[in-house]
Amino acid sequence: MQEKIDKVLSAFNGDRSELIPMLQAMQKELGYLSEEGMQAIAKHIGMAESQVYGVATFYAQFYFAPRGKHEIKVCSGTACHVKGGARILETLESQLKIKCGETTADRNFSLEKVACVGSCALAPVVMIDDNVHGRLESKKVKGVLDKYASEV
Amino acid sequence: MLQKYELIRKEAEEKLAPVKESGKPLIIVGAATCGRATGALDVLQAIKEKLKDISIDANIKQVGCIGMCYAEVLVDIVKPGKPRICYGNMTPEKVGELLHDYLLEDNPRPDLALGIVGEGQLEGIPNLNDSPVFKSQQRVILKNCGHIDPENIDEYIAVDGYKGLALCLERKPEDIIREVTSAGLRGRGGAGFPTGRKWEACFKAKSDQKYVVCNADEGDPGAFMDRSVLEGDPHALLEGMAIAGYATGSSKGYIYVRAEYPLAIARLKTAIEQAKEKNLLGDNILGSGFSFDLEIFQGAGAFVCGESTALVMSIEGNRGMPKPLPRPRTTEAGLWGKPTLLNNVKTFAVAPQVIHKGAKWFASTGSENCKGTAVFALTGKIKRSGLVEVPMGIELKKIIFEVGGGILGDKKFKAVQTGGPSGGCLPESKLNLPVDFDSLVKAGSIMGSGGMVVMDETTCMVDVARYFLNFTVDESCGQCAPCRLGTQQMLAILNDICERKGREGDIELLEELGASIIEGSICGLGNTAPNPVLSTIKYFREEYEAHIRDKSCPALVCKSLIEYRINPEKCQGCGRCRRSCPAEAISGNRKEPHVIDPSRCTKCGICLETCPERFSAVECVTGKDRSNIKGGQ
Repeated sequence: MQEKIDKVLSAFNGDRSELIPMLQAMQKELGYLSEEGMQAIAKHIGMAESQVYGVATFYAQFYFAPRGKHEIKVCSGTACHVKGGARILETLESQLKIKCGETTADRNFSLEKVACVGSCALAPVVMIDDNVHGRLESKKVKGVLDKYASEV
Repeated sequence: MLQKYELIRKEAEEKLAPVKESGKPLIIVGAATCGRATGALDVLQAIKEKLKDISIDANIKQVGCIGMCYAEVLVDIVKPGKPRICYGNMTPEKVGELLHDYLLEDNPRPDLALGIVGEGQLEGIPNLNDSPVFKSQQRVILKNCGHIDPENIDEYIAVDGYKGLALCLERKPEDIIREVTSAGLRGRGGAGFPTGRKWEACFKAKSDQKYVVCNADEGDPGAFMDRSVLEGDPHALLEGMAIAGYATGSSKGYIYVRAEYPLAIARLKTAIEQAKEKNLLGDNILGSGFSFDLEIFQGAGAFVCGESTALVMSIEGNRGMPKPLPRPRTTEAGLWGKPTLLNNVKTFAVAPQVIHKGAKWFASTGSENCKGTAVFALTGKIKRSGLVEVPMGIELKKIIFEVGGGILGDKKFKAVQTGGPSGGCLPESKLNLPVDFDSLVKAGSIMGSGGMVVMDETTCMVDVARYFLNFTVDESCGQCAPCRLGTQQMLAILNDICERKGREGDIELLEELGASIIEGSICGLGNTAPNPVLSTIKYFREEYEAHIRDKSCPALVCKSLIEYRINPEKCQGCGRCRRSCPAEAISGNRKEPHVIDPSRCTKCGICLETCPERFSAVECVTGKDRSNIKGGQ
């Protein structure tokens, strides 16, 4: 872990304005923001740990617990809402046997709801990792999940 | 500077010429996020394989979104000497068939074609410009989206790209500001503040360092206009920002873009590198002595960062909270306390054209006080959803019924939501409204950045209001009490109304709370958060009353107010609903009427979907039609 943390920090000067990019890089490297990671950032910039935590918790993008290998983001934008996005979320919850915001026991999938991924014309949509899956229906969900589950 | 530009342009044209004159067919694939989501990359792969298969050499290019998202995946084919034909709903199989038929056997397959793009005619295929989708549209901000390869700067330069910047560098900053002011350009971020006035304020501010910031933190749910520009025409934004930098005397710019747009970020990065290579960004641009550098800042997911002072706080590395009142304008003291010009993506992206085509040209479109065009992301229960650009002042119904083709499934239009969580819902009686910044505000909504979500009779307006309040409660930064506590109270009342617990007086309470939140909040988020509730009460009060008085949800959406049941006279006992019910709430023997156990039913509605249409035995009812059992929660 320490090695990874050092690698992240080496790319930054330690300016105050680099805090958010630094948190983003740390999360990319570790998969989430661990206590050690945030403490190292605080030290590198020279600010209080509580302040770093305060900034990190303000933004929806940051996670403080390990995530699944594949991140499922169910769009809850307006277009998705009126076109049944909530039902897609329910189907995902029942297929993965987790609630929104949780990670599967095998750490394969994390499930969360996001504001809007900006692919409204294809509503309802789900974003898995960096791929957008559009025009989803409850019955298509299993097929999409299987594709990722088989990817080892 | 112009001479240097002409050289760069000549070079770009020369580089592109071999492709143009190659005598090979050109295949254009729409590969923005929306195209990719429907499988554009699979189609692209299939094209490559098919070409190999039929031994035809063709040029392939990826472009951004042309706006017809309803027909994705889009593939255009241009055969030498023939017009550009656009094909919709492509799949790997269909595209293989098409390439075989058109490239080998010269059959352009009119049955698969959407139409011809640009000039030219071909029998049996209409020109898209004459089609209802495009007839009322006018492409200014989106002029290059779907036409040029966003990852190739030469293509942008070949269509007058960076000409506006080169022209600016020959002129005085005051001149440029005057041009923008007389064009009547207003900020495309939502509020419609006069752009020229903002630029002037920043120009006049005295400081050793100034900043230009682009707000590409498109956070409104239901909006993707900015994403399309970033993905389809990133250089237009860079050029516009450089122009703004020159006009205001700033040498450094930031693009604040949301992390949810990975493709846009990648394309911006490529574009910045390419522009630097050609000396169109960076030090001493085109030998003018003006230097301008751009940096991308990835947002971390906070809607409130669309507010200018919160965005500034976020770039500085803080919690993205709006600065408390009284606060100076960002043009006086913005980023790191320096004068900062902050505009939306589309405002910057259109600036180059305002310069090189002139203020008069720009002002020739639009309504009296709102010049130019408006870009909308048209979505929801609409036949042709996608990205549209129309002149300001166009009638609302023209956008929905002509460009958008009307309501999906020929259901009845109910409302259109504009402006996202800060906007409102407009009913049928407002369909004649000419759409611009001012008219929408008057009607109780706002234009916002350009989201336009169409709703039909199956959309519950109370649920929609609740949806938006849920969003603002989540996104409120929590700094001021009216917004933090007020929106929560409003949400609690709306939850009650949707969950059978509505009481007389709730509507009045919502109105009172809404008015106080608007008055008392310190930033735009709070000032507008009650709009979705207040506008739905204004236009759909009877729907609120039905929820409260009759415990009925006329649109059959609110789960606590509806009930699913099987009509024993229609049910043939096929068992489909029983097998598909995830809650195992349905029982019945084969060929005998089935029954739903209301105590187990989760009201997911799958039974209604799976019941064969010829039986239509599953019904959804509300209000006094419900049976006397204790349903809901």
